[in-house]
Amino acid sequence: MMKAIDLKMLRDLWHLRGQAITTALVVACGVATFVAMRSTYDSLLASRDGYYAQFKFADIFASLKSAPESVRSRIAAIEGVTAVETRVVATVTIDLPDVREPVQGRVVSVSETDPNPLNGLYLQRGRALEPGHENEVVISGAFADANGLRPGDHLSAVLNGRLRRLFIAGIALSPEFIYEIRPGDIFPDNRRFGILWMNRKAAGSLFQLDNAFNDVVLTLGPSAVEADVIQRLDSILEPYGGFGAYTRTDQYSHRFVSNELAELQVFGTFIPAVFLGVTAFLLHLVLSRLVNVEREQIGLLKSFGYRDRDVGLHYLKLAVLAVAGGIVIGIGLGAWLGTGMAALYGQYFHFPVLDYSVSLKVIAYSVLISIGAASAGAVLAVFKAVSLPPAEAMRPETPPNFHAGFLETAGFRELLSARSRMVVRNIIRRPLKAFLSSLGISLSVALLFIGFYFFDAIYRIIDIQFGQIQREDVEVTFVEPRSGLSVYDLASLPGVIRVEPYRVVPAILRSGNRSRRVGISGASNDNELRRIIDRDFRRVNLPPEGIVLGKTIADSLGAKKGDKISVEVTEGSRPKKEVVISDIADELLGMGVYMELSALNRLMNEQSTVSGAFLSIESDKKDAVYKRLKTTPAVAGVAMPESTLTSFNETMARTIGTSTTFLIGFACIIAFGVVYNGARIALAERGRELASLRVLGYRQDEVGRLLLEEQAILTSFAIPLGFAIGLGICVIITRVVDAEIIRLPIVFSVRTFLFSGLIVAAAAILSGLLVARRIGHMDLIAVLKTRE
Amino acid sequence: MPQSDNEHRPMTSRDDAVFKVRGVSKVYRMGDVDVHALRSVDLDLYRGELVVLLGASGSGKSTLLNIIGGLDVPTEGTVIYQDHVLTTANDAELTRFRREHVGFVFQFYNLIPSLTAIENVRLITEISEDPMPAEKSLEMVGLADRKDHFPAQLSGGEQQRVAIARAIAKQPDVLLCDEPTGALDVKTGKLVLEAIKHINTELGTTTAVITHNAAIAAMADRVIHIGSGEIVSIEKNEVRADPADLVW
Ligand SMILES: Nc1ncnc2c1ncn2[C@@H]1O[C@H](COP(=O)(O)OP(=O)(O)O)[C@@H](O)[C@H]1O
Ligand SMILES: [Mg+2]
Repeated sequence: MMKAIDLKMLRDLWHLRGQAITTALVVACGVATFVAMRSTYDSLLASRDGYYAQFKFADIFASLKSAPESVRSRIAAIEGVTAVETRVVATVTIDLPDVREPVQGRVVSVSETDPNPLNGLYLQRGRALEPGHENEVVISGAFADANGLRPGDHLSAVLNGRLRRLFIAGIALSPEFIYEIRPGDIFPDNRRFGILWMNRKAAGSLFQLDNAFNDVVLTLGPSAVEADVIQRLDSILEPYGGFGAYTRTDQYSHRFVSNELAELQVFGTFIPAVFLGVTAFLLHLVLSRLVNVEREQIGLLKSFGYRDRDVGLHYLKLAVLAVAGGIVIGIGLGAWLGTGMAALYGQYFHFPVLDYSVSLKVIAYSVLISIGAASAGAVLAVFKAVSLPPAEAMRPETPPNFHAGFLETAGFRELLSARSRMVVRNIIRRPLKAFLSSLGISLSVALLFIGFYFFDAIYRIIDIQFGQIQREDVEVTFVEPRSGLSVYDLASLPGVIRVEPYRVVPAILRSGNRSRRVGISGASNDNELRRIIDRDFRRVNLPPEGIVLGKTIADSLGAKKGDKISVEVTEGSRPKKEVVISDIADELLGMGVYMELSALNRLMNEQSTVSGAFLSIESDKKDAVYKRLKTTPAVAGVAMPESTLTSFNETMARTIGTSTTFLIGFACIIAFGVVYNGARIALAERGRELASLRVLGYRQDEVGRLLLEEQAILTSFAIPLGFAIGLGICVIITRVVDAEIIRLPIVFSVRTFLFSGLIVAAAAILSGLLVARRIGHMDLIAVLKTRE
Repeated sequence: MPQSDNEHRPMTSRDDAVFKVRGVSKVYRMGDVDVHALRSVDLDLYRGELVVLLGASGSGKSTLLNIIGGLDVPTEGTVIYQDHVLTTANDAELTRFRREHVGFVFQFYNLIPSLTAIENVRLITEISEDPMPAEKSLEMVGLADRKDHFPAQLSGGEQQRVAIARAIAKQPDVLLCDEPTGALDVKTGKLVLEAIKHINTELGTTTAVITHNAAIAAMADRVIHIGSGEIVSIEKNEVRADPADLVW
C-alpha cells in the first residue's frame, strides 16, 4: 500500500495539475531541444568521423601549378606522411541544356590503380569509373539531384578549351565535398556547381598534365606534426608553383561542417539552459507557495515526529514528479525533432549515411539535468519547509508587511486608485519574486528575439552581399591570367554594358610568426559592379599603394593599420615583398585582401594582367552572352550572384523558417507557463481578498482585471528586458559563429522587436484569461471560510 | 467500563512523575520588547493522570505545552521526560522524542486536507514503532464508519476526533491537547472530551488538556491554573466529572 505521505504528495500534485503541466511543458521544451541538438550533434559527428575514416579523408591539402609525378616519392618521404595521392584538379564550364547560365564544374582526378584512394568515392548510383575510359565522369550527388542527371546521361563541358561530351557513369559522394559549394561562396548552389570525377590518365591528358599533377593530398600518422609537414611540403612544391599547403581547418567543406557542429554544441547547451532555468524558477514559485499554504501541515508532520529529511524529501519528490512527465515527453519530442534536424542537415551535408540515433548517454544527461533543475528550483522552498519550527508552523502566518511604494510617496498617490494601489503594493512587497517573474517572461521574449534576429542578419547579408557588393550579372574567370587587353574582347560581346577586370593572386601573408594563405584581389576604385563595402554599407577605397585587409584576416595575423606585412606570392615569378597595411576593412566576410589593380600588377612585376572580369549585360541579351561564355575556351568558370541568391531563397530560407517556427512555439510555452503560474499563484494567495471584493459588489471582470493587472505590469517590464537579453545573446552568438565563414552583422529590424514583444504579450494575455475564468467559478463562501 | 476509574488514579509519589518541569521561562523578543510568556514554571506530570491547564488567552498555556511536547525549547530552565533531558536535546533528538512518545491534538484539528480520515491516521502509524491499527484508533473515537471521508466532508467535531485518533494511534506515552474544543460548539465539544477521557482511561495515557474554559476543569484529576506565565495554583479534583455532565 502506498504510504499516506506519498498519497498526500500525489493529491497535492493533482491539485496543482495546471501549474504542474505548464511547468512540465517548459521542461519538455528544454529536454527536447537538448536531446534534439545533442543527438544531432553526436550523430553528425559520428557520421562525419566514420565517413572520414572509411573513405580516408586527407589531413593535408596542397595545389600547385604542375609537378612531375616523380615528386610524389619525395612527398611520401616526409616524416609522418602515411599516404599520398597526387591529382589533377581543374575548373571547367559545363553546358547544361536546362540551365541557361553556364555551370561551373570542378574536375577531380581519381586514381585508376589504387582501389582505396584518399578522399575515396562513395558510389550512390551507377558504376565507378573504368580504367581506360576517357570521356567518362562520375558526378556529385547534390549536383546530379539538382539537375536531374542520371547515370547513362551525357553532359557537355569545356575542358581546357575543348568542348567535350562526357558520359555519366555514376553518381557519388566524397568526404572532401560533404558541403558542396563553389570556393568563395557561403551558400551552396547545387544547380550551378558540381564535381566531376575523372580517370587520372584522362584528366592528365586533357589538362596537359600527363605524368604530372597539380594537386596533392596526404594523410598523416598520429605522431606527425602538421606544421612541420606543411613546411616540408611547401618547400618541395615551391619550384613547381605550389600555392601553399593547408590542413583540414582550412579545407572548405570541413570548415563548414565543423563550424556547424560547433554552433550546434553552443545552441544545444544554451537553449536548453534557458528552459531549465525557467523550469527551476516555476518550480520555485509553485513550491514556495505550496510550502506557505501547508506550513501548518508541515508543522503537524514535524510535531508528530516526521524528520526534517522526511519533510524535505516529500517536497523534493513532488518537484521531481511534476517534471517527470515533461522529461518523458521531451525525450520523445527531442528524438522526433532530432530526426527532422538530421534530415535538414542531410540536405546540405552529403553523407553516405547520416545515422541519426539518440544515445543512452544523451537520455541519461537530459534526465539528470532536468532533475537537477527541478531540485534547484525546489531547494529554497524545501529548505523553508525543513527549517520551519514545528510550533511556529502551527501559528498562522502574520499578515505581510505592506508599505506605500515609491510611486505613491512620490506624489502619485492621488493618481492611483485604491485598486491600483493593491496591485502596485503587491509587486513592491516582493521585488525579487516580481523580478524573477519578469525575467522568466523576458527569456521567452529573448528567445523569439534571437529567432527573428537570424532573419534580420540573413537579409542584411543578402542586402550587402548581393545588393551592394556583387552587383554584376556575371563573373567570368579565365583559365590563365591574361593581358588586360582581353577586357576588350568581353566588352565587344553584344549586350555587354560594362566590364570590370580583376586580378586574383594567391599568396601567403606573414606577420611575426603567424601566416595565412589568401587570395589578393586587385580591383579598380572606379568599379561600380563589384565594390568593397563594409558592414555599415560604407565603401572602402583602395590606396594607390599598400594593401587592405579584411578584419578577420587582420585579427588572425595580429596585424593593424600601418603595420608592414610580408607578402609571398605563390604564382608567376613568386615575388616576396613587404607591404604596408593601409586599411582594415570591416567586411561581412572578413577574409578579403585587396590592392589597387595596378599596384598589384606592380607587385607581381607584370604588365597589365587580369584573372577575370565582372560583367553587366542588357537583360534581353543575357542568354546570348551566357551561351557564348559556356563555350569560350579561355573561360574557366562563370558565376552569377542572382542564381546563388535564388538557390539560397529556395533552401536556406526554408531551414531558417522551420527552426524559427519551433523557437516561436517554445517561446510561447515559456511565456504561457510563467504568466499562467504567476496568475494562478496570485489567485490562490489573494483569493480571499478577491472574494471579499466580489462580496462587496465588485463585478467578476473588475476582480479579474485586478488579478491580471499585476501580470500585465510584469509582462510590460519583461518585454524591454527581453529585448536587452536577446540583444546581448545575439552579440555573443556573432562572436561564436566562425568569423572566417561569415561575420554576422548586428542588425535588428523593427519587425524583430514588434513580433517578439507581441507574441509574448499574446501568450501572456491568453494564459491570463484562462486563469481569470476561474474567478467565475470561485465559491465565495468557501473562500471566505478557509483559514489562512 | 472494564476498569474502575480509581485504578488509574495517579499515585502522587515523586518517582512517578513522567515530566519534571523546573524553572522554565520563555521570553519572546519582539523588536525592542521582551514578551515573558513563561516565568520560572515548576510542574510535575504524573503517569496516567489527566490534567487540565486553565488560563486566559495569552497566559502562556500553549507555550508550556509546546515545551513539554518538545516542539519548542525554553529560554531558561529544564524539562525532563523520564530519563530524557529535553532542554539539552538537539533538534533530531527532540524529533525522535515526539515520534516515540507524544501525541498532539490542536485547536484547528490540522488534518491534512488531501488525505482521508484513515490516511491521516496512517500518516502517523507509518512512522511509529508499535502503533495500533489505524482502524482501531478511529473506532476508539467512534468514527470507524467515516474512515474514507476527506476532512472537508467531516464536521468540526468529527475532524477533531480524527485528530485524536491520529494522536493516539501510535500509542503515545503522553497526549497533549491544545484547546481541543476551542473551535467547537458545546455538544460536539463534549463528544471530543469524552473521546479524550476514554483514551485516558482505556490506555492509561498521561493526558494534558489546555483550555480557557473553566467548566472543562471538572473532568481532570488535577487543574493547573496559569496566569501571566506563572502557575497560579494547582487544584485536585477528588472525583472526575464525566464530560457529558459538564455545562458551559
Ligand atoms: N512566537 C511568538 N512570538 C512572540 N510572542 C509570542 C509568540 N508565541 C506566543 N507569544 C506570546 O506569548 C504569550 C503566551 O502565548 P501562548 O502561550 O500562546 O498563550 P495561550 O496559549 O495561553 O493563549 C502571549 O502574550 C503571546 O503573545
Ligand atoms: Mg494557546
